[in-house]
Amino acid sequence: MSNQIVQGILLGGYYALIACGLSFMFSVMRIINLAHGSLAVLSAFALWLLASRFHIPPFYGLAIVLPLMAVIGWALQRFLLERSARGGALLPILTTFGLAIVIDNFLFEQFGADTRSLAPFIGSLSYDSWEWPGSIYVGKLAVIIFVAAVILLGGLQLFLTRTGLGRSIRATSEDPDTAGLVGVDARRANAVAAAIAMVTVGLAGAFLGMRATFDPYAGATQLLFAFEAAVIGGAGSLWSTLIGGIVLALAQTLGAKVHPQGFLIGGHVAFLIVLFIRLYTSGLGLRGLLRLSTGKAS
Amino acid sequence: MSTASPVIERGTAASRIAGLGVAAIIVLLAVAPQFLSAGAVDRMTALFIYVILAAMWNALAGYGGLVSVGQQVFFGLGAYFAIRLANAGLNPFVSLFVAAVIVGAVSWPISLFMLRLKNGEFAIGMWVIAALAHLLVNLDRLIQGETGTSLISLNVYDASTRRLTIYWLALASMTALLAVLFGLLRGSTGAAIRAIRDNEDAAASVGVRVTGTKRLLFVLAAFGIGIAGALWLASATTFQPKTYFSVQWTAYMIFMVLVGGIGTFEGAILGALLFFLIETWFGGTGVWYLIGLGATALAFSLLLPRGLWGTVEERFGWRLLSVGYRVRLASGTAGPTGETALPASITTHREKA
Repeated sequence: MSNQIVQGILLGGYYALIACGLSFMFSVMRIINLAHGSLAVLSAFALWLLASRFHIPPFYGLAIVLPLMAVIGWALQRFLLERSARGGALLPILTTFGLAIVIDNFLFEQFGADTRSLAPFIGSLSYDSWEWPGSIYVGKLAVIIFVAAVILLGGLQLFLTRTGLGRSIRATSEDPDTAGLVGVDARRANAVAAAIAMVTVGLAGAFLGMRATFDPYAGATQLLFAFEAAVIGGAGSLWSTLIGGIVLALAQTLGAKVHPQGFLIGGHVAFLIVLFIRLYTSGLGLRGLLRLSTGKAS
Repeated sequence: MSTASPVIERGTAASRIAGLGVAAIIVLLAVAPQFLSAGAVDRMTALFIYVILAAMWNALAGYGGLVSVGQQVFFGLGAYFAIRLANAGLNPFVSLFVAAVIVGAVSWPISLFMLRLKNGEFAIGMWVIAALAHLLVNLDRLIQGETGTSLISLNVYDASTRRLTIYWLALASMTALLAVLFGLLRGSTGAAIRAIRDNEDAAASVGVRVTGTKRLLFVLAAFGIGIAGALWLASATTFQPKTYFSVQWTAYMIFMVLVGGIGTFEGAILGALLFFLIETWFGGTGVWYLIGLGATALAFSLLLPRGLWGTVEERFGWRLLSVGYRVRLASGTAGPTGETALPASITTHREKA
């Protein structure tokens, strides 16, 4: 049992990784990007293409894919989200949903229905493990993903609190008009935030491909995981996203123990229970569930 | 300077003619199977189901301001409950409608919960509900997981009786649902619904029961989509959870409503017609067809968010099935924006419905 708890906590690192981009974008721009999961799968396919066609190992491939994801994020904000956000809060949902359909089916057209994995391209890392006291075996890859999530969340927190650009993103997320008055370029801040969010999505896609399999329509599931982890973690700091990811993963582990098909059900049920508690105890629904306080509480 | 007071009217000459036209079309559709091939009857049944889906998603998103990407949950549950009821011995045609009533009843507790979420959170929260419902239906032994099952009890009817009955049931369901929606929008609830659509906070401040009205739309949409799912099951006979709980149904609904015109009664019908034609012509191209649908929805949301009908309505002031009021100023009076000397025949398009 303790073995499963450890595995669950490590899996939570992956969920935190894929969730942080979603809640980060929502905090700054008030947009839930429904193409979030599809973009992660796009990144996984890009790495797979580089590895299988050009023999570039995934960890080196990240040097190409992550900058590309940043460009995609920037372009997404400038050409799609900025424009559709002007039409009200509902339009970006439709825009990003349309984008998700285009990405999913484009990937299907290019790569077919086969499930792929990046595991064959990372050598022994995909199955190597360390033995911890109490004969618990932890996969090296799972630990790497967890550590990457912690570093990323910490780095993002530092960036937002310590750098000028981070502060201007926070100012824009608090109040774009007032931020504009004091000389913050809200358009630039939003575009940078979208680029950063997409880099985290790219990284999440890479780890998705390494630790599991993916296919062109895998994006929807990843989007739901990201959303659930972000909502369970709730409005706190970026660190609460990590807690949310761990709770989600533990609920799934528990679900799988109860019933062979219970893995996903466990996660969804945990999400609904947390949602129920939060809606009826604190009325957070009114302010938005995903809203992070992106900086130190003042 | 104004001598004649403005006239408030509920429709135009065109909308009265359109009303008669709609009645004529429904009569024509009812007798159409006499002249149509079996394949054409099936396609027309599909069209009616698309109109239901578009109108119901439009009621929710266009009027209630609730964009859901999980509406496939009610489509799937409509089919699932129909299977369950028919399996329990109920007449298959009756079970289609009882199933939809159950879906409507199930949507009530869901609404208590989900309507507290806003915008994107509601949208994706509904997706989680759909995913969960799909997984739970898979656990039912009758369904045999993703293998699925079929509505076997329909086999006691011969093929042509079955086809015609489903056609008429679909036509009747579509007509009834559109009539209910039309009546709702034209009545006093309609004023509340349009107020919420235009500005939720302002509507609440003048005493509109925002949550109650939204709940009404949510349950209506669930019920209607439940009927659509059950009818789809009747015409396809096989039930595979993956197909019925697919997010593709919501993608279709969004496409139809976005292209036709979100928040306009006629727009949803126009969108369903266009979708039907596009599917007929390009459905065979497989994945490119789906890419095209997604790209079109994307383009409309960016460039023409009011959709085809919304744009036409705004530019020419057309009203066919008028659900709102409009103010026509008598000749020579000042327009509401302060511009004077409007030509005699110009009507201001203040109404937004």
